[in-house]
Amino acid sequence: MDTSLLVIQTLNGLQLGLLLFLVASGLTLVFGILDFVNLAHGSLYMLGAFFCATLTIWLGSFILALLISLPITALVGYLVERFVARPLYTRDHLDHVLATFGLILVIDTLTHMIWGPEGLAVPLPDWLRGQVTLWGDTVVPTFRLMIIGAGLAAAGGLFWLVNHTRLGMLIRAGASNRTMVSALGIDIEMLFGLVFALGAALAGLAGMLIAPITEANIGMGNGIIITAFVVIIVGGIGSIKGAFIAALLIGLIDTLGRSFLDDIFTLFMSPTAAENSAPAISAMLIYIIMACVLAFRPQGLFPPKVR
Amino acid sequence: MRKVTSLALAASLLSTSAFAEPVKIGFVTTLTTGAAVIGQDMTNAVDLAMEHLGGKAGDTELEVIYADDGFAPETGKQATDKLVKQDDVDFVAGYIWSHVLLASRKSVLDADKILISANAGPSQMAGKLCDKNFFSTSWQNDQTPMAMGDVLNSQGVKSLYLMAPNYAAGKDMTAGVERTFKGEIAGKDLTKWGADAQLDFSAELAKAKASGADGLFVFYPGAAGGAFIKQYQQAGLKDTLPLYSVFTVDAISLPKLQQAGFTDVLGSKVTQQWDPSLDNEANKKFVTDFKAKYGHYPSYYGAQSYDAIMLIASAVEKVGGDLSDKDALRAALKEAEFDSVRGKFKFGTNNMPVEDFFLREVVEDEDGVWTTKVVETVYTDHVDSYAADCKMN
Repeated sequence: MDTSLLVIQTLNGLQLGLLLFLVASGLTLVFGILDFVNLAHGSLYMLGAFFCATLTIWLGSFILALLISLPITALVGYLVERFVARPLYTRDHLDHVLATFGLILVIDTLTHMIWGPEGLAVPLPDWLRGQVTLWGDTVVPTFRLMIIGAGLAAAGGLFWLVNHTRLGMLIRAGASNRTMVSALGIDIEMLFGLVFALGAALAGLAGMLIAPITEANIGMGNGIIITAFVVIIVGGIGSIKGAFIAALLIGLIDTLGRSFLDDIFTLFMSPTAAENSAPAISAMLIYIIMACVLAFRPQGLFPPKVR
Repeated sequence: MRKVTSLALAASLLSTSAFAEPVKIGFVTTLTTGAAVIGQDMTNAVDLAMEHLGGKAGDTELEVIYADDGFAPETGKQATDKLVKQDDVDFVAGYIWSHVLLASRKSVLDADKILISANAGPSQMAGKLCDKNFFSTSWQNDQTPMAMGDVLNSQGVKSLYLMAPNYAAGKDMTAGVERTFKGEIAGKDLTKWGADAQLDFSAELAKAKASGADGLFVFYPGAAGGAFIKQYQQAGLKDTLPLYSVFTVDAISLPKLQQAGFTDVLGSKVTQQWDPSLDNEANKKFVTDFKAKYGHYPSYYGAQSYDAIMLIASAVEKVGGDLSDKDALRAALKEAEFDSVRGKFKFGTNNMPVEDFFLREVVEDEDGVWTTKVVETVYTDHVDSYAADCKMN
């Protein structure tokens, strides 16, 4: 194992972690503040990717398409809150799960009808297509660096919003005690709608950033939503800070596990056995972490303060 | 689940006697998830085959019922059970995925129906699990990568890094190339597969590069193929780590790669048993009509599905639409007297095709569309490596 590979894999893990954070932050806000289980959060991630891909092809500019797709995805998120989530707030979690699972099927089928089954590729401008040399022969694709930059910027913006603005204060207050917030005369429905739209925009941004790498695909959200749930459980439901740290942790563990587990296994088992068991174990790794957290610290690593 | 009856051609309805029962063909493929793009190519080809046949085999009407495997073995088995028990089909054909076919085979074979794979070729079913009622119009998984292994030897590649999805076919594909490739295997990655498959290969590509191998062998069918090629180009590996692939660069991924301007893929070489440029009457008709009807090239998935329907039609016609004599039906299938888009078609002892394998190159056709053409023939009348393990009962 050499340093150059380790650095690259750490960057890859960071990139995955930041994408996970973008998805998980919206999920944890909605779950923590609205007490609403939104399985369809992954569908907003997918819609973000499809909007951005379509606009990139129409407008010929990825950056412009990304900027336009953000408010569109936020609007879709607001509509989901208004027409699907709002009537269900008083019901229990099982009803949330049923309704939003149904929503996944509806959105997947609509996507199939509108864009066809083949998915969409996103053409990147030339300056994002190449590679950046860090030192010697250590090169990383430019676009992956951009994902890391955009992810960090979004995370920073979110921290500022939550910790230093009036809206953020209301969000934090809502997470602690929403009855009290509404008793103080705050339009809680508007606040919930905004939180939902914000979560949708963040998930959509993650979808837009990953689409040039994996293409916009039907069902692409269903894989990441499961990992995002792992992130918010590990981080503590409702905690942005917890989601951030847990997302980076999960991203790094998953990537480094995929990269180095077979090498580690060969130290104490035959190469064939290592080759066969490493992919299975590395796929399980994040769930093992989640199980450990649930067993020893069920409230998560960084639970939000009292409720 | 979608149910489509393809015999609703007005002409054939008018001319059919009211007494004859149509022969029912269940066709299992992926109609949802990102892999539905492959399923669509297959159902398009089946619809075209039915159109070419006029919905009939001789005097017998044919009916196709599509079923969705949802890219998962358990869903595929349920779909197969429904076709066998509820729809009481006579043939079950299709199957993109080896793990889906392996999970579904028993449902069909136990009911003494005929099972025809139009794509998946798991090693088990060519060898120990072979069955007199199972036929394939594709290949055994190992064969295409074996041809690639021999191409690599002749190109002087000394060490190779392998990447494939972690399921039955991924393991067969890497086993195939390892069987014929004489150089050193520098490393191997099997990645998560299924409806939530891993599509970001950053960690694996970095490992492959660090391994110092001469070449990179991959198997990523369907949408994953396009995603892989993009990341390969974004990582800038073309000069240091040339790509050798099977079932990855095809008529499914090429239109999207062209749309996104990934010109690195032009000139890349893949092995395959079929190509749209193969020079025979059946293939010309298939490719021309497919392009006219759907506006793009068919893939090998489509070609194999077209052959599966033509094979069934030839056998049904030969037995005069009477499927009660199973021995006669199996004999008629085994003779395989139909005009294959491969030009010639014959079955080996294990009911897998004995066929040629070609080296294909990605080129731009006269209309500026990216496609493939045959460069050379790698294997002639190739028999798969598991035929000897097959004790046909």
